[in-house]
Amino acid sequence: MLSFVATIGAATLVFLAATGRLAIFTGAAVASAARPPRYGRAILRQMLDIGYFSLPVVGLTAIFTGMVLALQSYTGFSRFSAEGAVATVVVLSMTRELGPVIAGLMVAGRVGAAMAAEIGTMRVTDQIDALETLSTDPLRYLVLPRLVAGVVTLPFLVLVADIIGVFGGFLVGTYKLGFNPYTYLRGTSEHLETIDVVSGLIKAAVFGFIVALMGCYHGYHSRGGAQGVGQATTHAVVSASILILVIDYLLTAAFFSR
Amino acid sequence: MTATTNGAPLPKISVCRLVKSFGAKCVLDGLDLDCAEGESLVVIGGSGTGKSVLLKCILGLLRPDAGSIRIDGEETVDLGRAAHERLMLKFGMLFQGGALFDSLCVWENVAFGLIQARGMERQAAKEIALSKLAAVGLGEEVAEFYPAALSGGMQKRVALARAIAAEPQILFFDEPTTGLDPIMAGIINELIGKCVRDLGATAISITHDLASAKRIADRIAMLYQGRIVWHGPPADLDHSGNPVVDQFVNGRPEGPIRMEVRAL
Repeated sequence: MLSFVATIGAATLVFLAATGRLAIFTGAAVASAARPPRYGRAILRQMLDIGYFSLPVVGLTAIFTGMVLALQSYTGFSRFSAEGAVATVVVLSMTRELGPVIAGLMVAGRVGAAMAAEIGTMRVTDQIDALETLSTDPLRYLVLPRLVAGVVTLPFLVLVADIIGVFGGFLVGTYKLGFNPYTYLRGTSEHLETIDVVSGLIKAAVFGFIVALMGCYHGYHSRGGAQGVGQATTHAVVSASILILVIDYLLTAAFFSR
Repeated sequence: MTATTNGAPLPKISVCRLVKSFGAKCVLDGLDLDCAEGESLVVIGGSGTGKSVLLKCILGLLRPDAGSIRIDGEETVDLGRAAHERLMLKFGMLFQGGALFDSLCVWENVAFGLIQARGMERQAAKEIALSKLAAVGLGEEVAEFYPAALSGGMQKRVALARAIAAEPQILFFDEPTTGLDPIMAGIINELIGKCVRDLGATAISITHDLASAKRIADRIAMLYQGRIVWHGPPADLDHSGNPVVDQFVNGRPEGPIRMEVRAL
């Protein structure tokens, strides 16, 4: 019994310590923006990596998500003769939820993992120590550009994912389910409000921050050679994915519970 | 040369009662070490005796548990971020594995400190980088390569060029010849000696390569059980009268040094 309680206590302490370390890391990284120099080139390169090079992956997942969404909601709604709502369901689901979440998860797998592996390798090969000896703050040089790029780029990526997803739904709706294209598009635009899109883009910015933060944090603290870098990569993707889903719920509750 | 009030020259680097532990293992146990300006000091000692930890503490990459480190008489333990960056402008460090930035090409590596920390124009910094590369015997054709395309000896030379690029007052060398063939090790030793002389820099090298130590040192110090147990000129190394140094120099398995051989 006592050992059981001790286990809970130890786990709680580990959790609190990790949360504290993460908070200090985040604070220090964000605070490093206060002092020059600022690495504009590095930010642009990261934005290209997060945004442009993620387009194929995010586009593919978005189009199939939109397609399956149309198909599923059609079979569901036809049971109580509400097929007309398919277009609205597709556009609301994509913009509010699936666009940001799918793009966030794909970027976590693609970019978050790469960040953890790159920074982790720099850590275990002394490159981060070398940065310090060259009077360069590794947080400002490595972490901050990735955080900024994540926050700025992911909303654009999600906007593209939204459009492609809705287009996927449109394709299935008109070619497979026999909707009139005009009716489908009217269903798409009629009930769509600004907040639906904007809330999704705000989520995207938050998810971009989380993905970059997890990639950098786990890479920065990796230990022990190739194995440590592998672990850091796994931790970065898993923690970013879980945080995205948890924070997605919290943000949705904050936006739409009235 | 700066001097204290009583006229004795102030050591460039002064380490006093330095303690650093990792968990239960005490690596540095009240270590004292002074290094005069312009001196080339070599710290020898077995693997895992804390030589790298000593350098990392002086560089502020590790925070010591206790003790004081003074550079030019100024306390450097627990400096703030900005003050630490300023302090690092005095230093050049050659890491054991080179620690070249593999996302940057060779000349960008060498010019990194000039561009990022000193705000130099890229073109001017490239000129300096090329001259430093020439100083370590590498031609312009190497400048655009990425570090992964270079051999171990060339990486070491590029790393050396990076360490000396900003002409620092203090140079640290961590195992400069480890993993190199004897001839390349000899070349690196000569380069280190030449760079230190040309810059008039204060240098601390750590190594367990005695041939290398004798060639680059003005003074040799032996690190054992977290303290400096002996120091003296290289000529005295072979007849130090210290049983620990004697065993290390002659590579005898029997003696005061007990190798920590543990099951992994």
